[in-house]
Amino acid sequence: MTVRTPMTLASIEADAGLKAALALDAPGVVAEVKDSGLKGRGGAGFPTGLKWELAAAAPSSDGKRYVICNADEGEPGTFKDRLILSEWPDLLFEGMTIAGYAIGAQEGIVYLRHEYAYMIEALEGRLERRRKAGLLGDGILGKKDVSFDIHIHLGSGAYVCGEETALIESLEGKRGEPRNRPPFPVVSGLFGKPTTVNNVETFAWIAAILGKGAKWFSAIGTERSKGPKLLSISGDVERPGVYEFPFGVTIAELLKATGGEKAKAVIVGGASGHCLPPSDFSRAIAFEDVATGGAVIVIGPNRDLLDVVENIMEFFVDESCGQCIPCRIGNVKILEGIKALKKGECSSEQLLDLTGLGDTMQVSSKCGLGQSSPNVFLSMVRNFGHEILDRAPASA
Amino acid sequence: MTTEVSTETVTVTVDDIEVTVPKGTSILEAARKAGIDIPTLCHHPDLPDAGVCRMCVVEVDGQRNLQASCAFPLTDKVEITTHSPRIHQARRDVLDLMLSEHYGSCRTCVRNGNCELQDLAAQYGCDYVRFGHKTKATSCIDNLGPSIVRDMDKCIQCLRCVRTCAELQGIGALGVLGRGSTTEVGTYLDIALSEVNCINCGQCINRCPTGALSAVDNTDLVWAAIKDPTKHVVIQTAPAPRAGIGEEFGLKPGTPMTWQMNTALRRVGFDKVFDTNFSADLTIIEEGTELLLRLYKNLVLGDTSQPVPQFTSCSPGWIKYIEHQYPEYLPNLSTCKSPQQMFGALIKTFYAKKNNIDPKDIVSVSLMPCTAKKFETTRPEMTDSGFADVDFALTSREIAKMIKEYGLDLPDMPKSDFDDPFGTASGSGVIFGATGGVMEAALRTVVELVLGIKVEDLFEHADIVPVRGFEGVRYVEIQIPDKVGPVPAILADLVPDWNWLKGATLKVAVAHGTANAEKVMEDIKAGGKFSECHFIEFMACPGGCLGGGGQPIPTSEAIRQARANAIYGEDAAYGEEGRARKSHENPPVMKLYEEFLTDGPCGHISHHLLHTEYTNRGTFIATKTKKES
Repeated sequence: MTVRTPMTLASIEADAGLKAALALDAPGVVAEVKDSGLKGRGGAGFPTGLKWELAAAAPSSDGKRYVICNADEGEPGTFKDRLILSEWPDLLFEGMTIAGYAIGAQEGIVYLRHEYAYMIEALEGRLERRRKAGLLGDGILGKKDVSFDIHIHLGSGAYVCGEETALIESLEGKRGEPRNRPPFPVVSGLFGKPTTVNNVETFAWIAAILGKGAKWFSAIGTERSKGPKLLSISGDVERPGVYEFPFGVTIAELLKATGGEKAKAVIVGGASGHCLPPSDFSRAIAFEDVATGGAVIVIGPNRDLLDVVENIMEFFVDESCGQCIPCRIGNVKILEGIKALKKGECSSEQLLDLTGLGDTMQVSSKCGLGQSSPNVFLSMVRNFGHEILDRAPASA
Repeated sequence: MTTEVSTETVTVTVDDIEVTVPKGTSILEAARKAGIDIPTLCHHPDLPDAGVCRMCVVEVDGQRNLQASCAFPLTDKVEITTHSPRIHQARRDVLDLMLSEHYGSCRTCVRNGNCELQDLAAQYGCDYVRFGHKTKATSCIDNLGPSIVRDMDKCIQCLRCVRTCAELQGIGALGVLGRGSTTEVGTYLDIALSEVNCINCGQCINRCPTGALSAVDNTDLVWAAIKDPTKHVVIQTAPAPRAGIGEEFGLKPGTPMTWQMNTALRRVGFDKVFDTNFSADLTIIEEGTELLLRLYKNLVLGDTSQPVPQFTSCSPGWIKYIEHQYPEYLPNLSTCKSPQQMFGALIKTFYAKKNNIDPKDIVSVSLMPCTAKKFETTRPEMTDSGFADVDFALTSREIAKMIKEYGLDLPDMPKSDFDDPFGTASGSGVIFGATGGVMEAALRTVVELVLGIKVEDLFEHADIVPVRGFEGVRYVEIQIPDKVGPVPAILADLVPDWNWLKGATLKVAVAHGTANAEKVMEDIKAGGKFSECHFIEFMACPGGCLGGGGQPIPTSEAIRQARANAIYGEDAAYGEEGRARKSHENPPVMKLYEEFLTDGPCGHISHHLLHTEYTNRGTFIATKTKKES
């Protein structure tokens, strides 16, 4: 993992954000986060301040609330959280501590991707150091009534546990399967308590925002997508790695920076993202235009798009939790269709059935996995119809 | 099953119809209240909603995606649309996907004509399988056990069985294995259901929308016996099937078919039709005596070898449950066999001798509401007559099938009574079919034998209402007066007097469904109030036997309530017709003690034939008894 641009997070003063936060009251912290315009960095883009406000306001019978860091970075093509976890984990822990103060939680949990198990020792060491420095535990920074601690929970390798309610189920010791929503985790999350689940990068920016001010943050980016964004750029580019750009950067600019100008397609959002043609390269990375949690996969001119989408659908066939019917069986049927397309054995009528099925999966699957798993296939069919259909039958 | 519903209400519109419901009500329920039908598959009124089949999706104003109406609680005023092109496409696609995975022929399926998948495919006009269909079986049919068959090729993974087993019954023998496209419903270590902690209650069968789960079918073996002229084929019929079997013939739930069924069974070819309620009455005498003896030994003599509270032992699902989960409490179980097994032992001894029939030529069949009864007949202990005490336990569904196969329409049958020498039983035997029924029957007898007064003096019409109802766990105290009666002759050898019971408070409890049994058992373990009970009735199935796993499908609390009404109605009718309503007033039962069980209740003969022992089984994997292995 190579860092390709200067990183703002590298220059954030340690614990300045936490000190600034504790100088405010809890609603003041929430207000600051709201003012910054920060939206969830995992990809869904839910306003972080609003999420905290809801979690703080939701009733809890015994007063318990939880802060969960979603460090189950499993989206194929995403590796920017790994950078934060290995280079600036204190920012993440600081951000979680601020969240705990803001919503009235005393317990934070980092749900760490199984494949990142090698980091546990280092992360535990950091936590212990923070405890000794009075930055975690009881009486944080000498404030008697502020208590918060963090522990790390290692995932077991299921992609679906990146979905926040499946993550919560997994934390509760059950099968990692998404829950019905509503109720949302801010109302009924871990063990039925109000819970905020935020992405690693979100927490890191929280520390920066509280330290440098909401105005500093909201001056960067576009009207509806504030701040800088870390992007994991991979695929057919000369310089893959983690990049930081302000929101609003165009895909063409990304391709130029990475040396991927020859791309025939770009998949923004990873395996569950969208496959965009060159005519869309002038579009901007932003929640209001091309939204992403940070994965950009560049497809070079010599790639067979059906190979790409076949690989992606094989992933979803395996990683669906298997709970709801559109996702469990739908992914299989689309994969079968792709294999038929590759052999030139899929009629246009069958393809129409499959795109209809993809639409059904998007609107009727239980969680984000099934709702987004047909995205790449559908956008390929719509944007690259000729390449996909122009196959000679296998027998010819 | 509804999630938390508050007293506050919310008004929503469903397809332009306004409807006001308590906050927390699901969209599905609100729509049904507005008279709008939404198709469902994974939803079941007895179970918490999973929202996994996605058949019930609807448009909710303000939500980008379709929402599963069964799992969406209403809290705010919203507009809901239940039919739109997007919804239609989604439901059709979901159905086509389910059909693509569903392997098996409708023609030969046990659920042909009563299958929710088949119905929906017809309703939604599925005329071809757009996404293909399985052409080969990919799962092994699990029919290794005596009670339940699993054909996972027919499973559409609605997870009703999983929720039934884990949440309704608190067992978890069925669970979800694997992930993604290889997800399947299975057992611990994916071994046969009969090898794990399954209690054979069959509640999963009652809630399976397809033929993936069914009961072992013994009808061909029974037909063979009927056709064999050397065999004397008798059938005993339990009380619960009578209240339910009419449903198989299109009748409303709770239409009793007792007397019509007797005629139909004789026409089908059974040589004798007996009433299991007879042996239910016998059970009450034996179990009531055992209770009084236990209390006397414990409370007066200080002998704790047979601990109190005494647990009932009629429900074979409950028996297997306690054998798996609470084996340390096996000594609390009454040693009485279930009425089915008592009757079986009598048929091949007393009845055979009396009628001069070689017991090896008797094929003893039972009609039960129950799948666990099939397992019970195979228990190695149940051979005290020198033969299998009962040869085949058939469910209500199997008997309905036989009657239909014979071309008979049950409701049209003329009425007829049961055969002698056992005759008709008392009303107490009838109510064995409902939760609380065994307790009520036992109390009627114990109160009269002990107190020397009529139950009617304590409870109007001898209806012991506090032990009735569908509440999961019920606790009742009965104050025994300072005046007790003399010990009746039948018990004279066992206890000297009842003085030790003067002014005592009899504490009893009733639990139905094993999730409720678990609550009581955990309370007992913790030394709670149930540990101070004297007698506790446990039934494995929700509602008791009338909700048994062998009863007609579908099931719901409303259906079970209707069956209960039929059962209590029959008991009341016994009173109006001047028939006995208390087990100890049943003349043939008392005559049996004079002619055959001559050393009385809990005597040596009855101990040999009518009582049994239990096995400590594993918590997760079934341990076999010494005799089985």
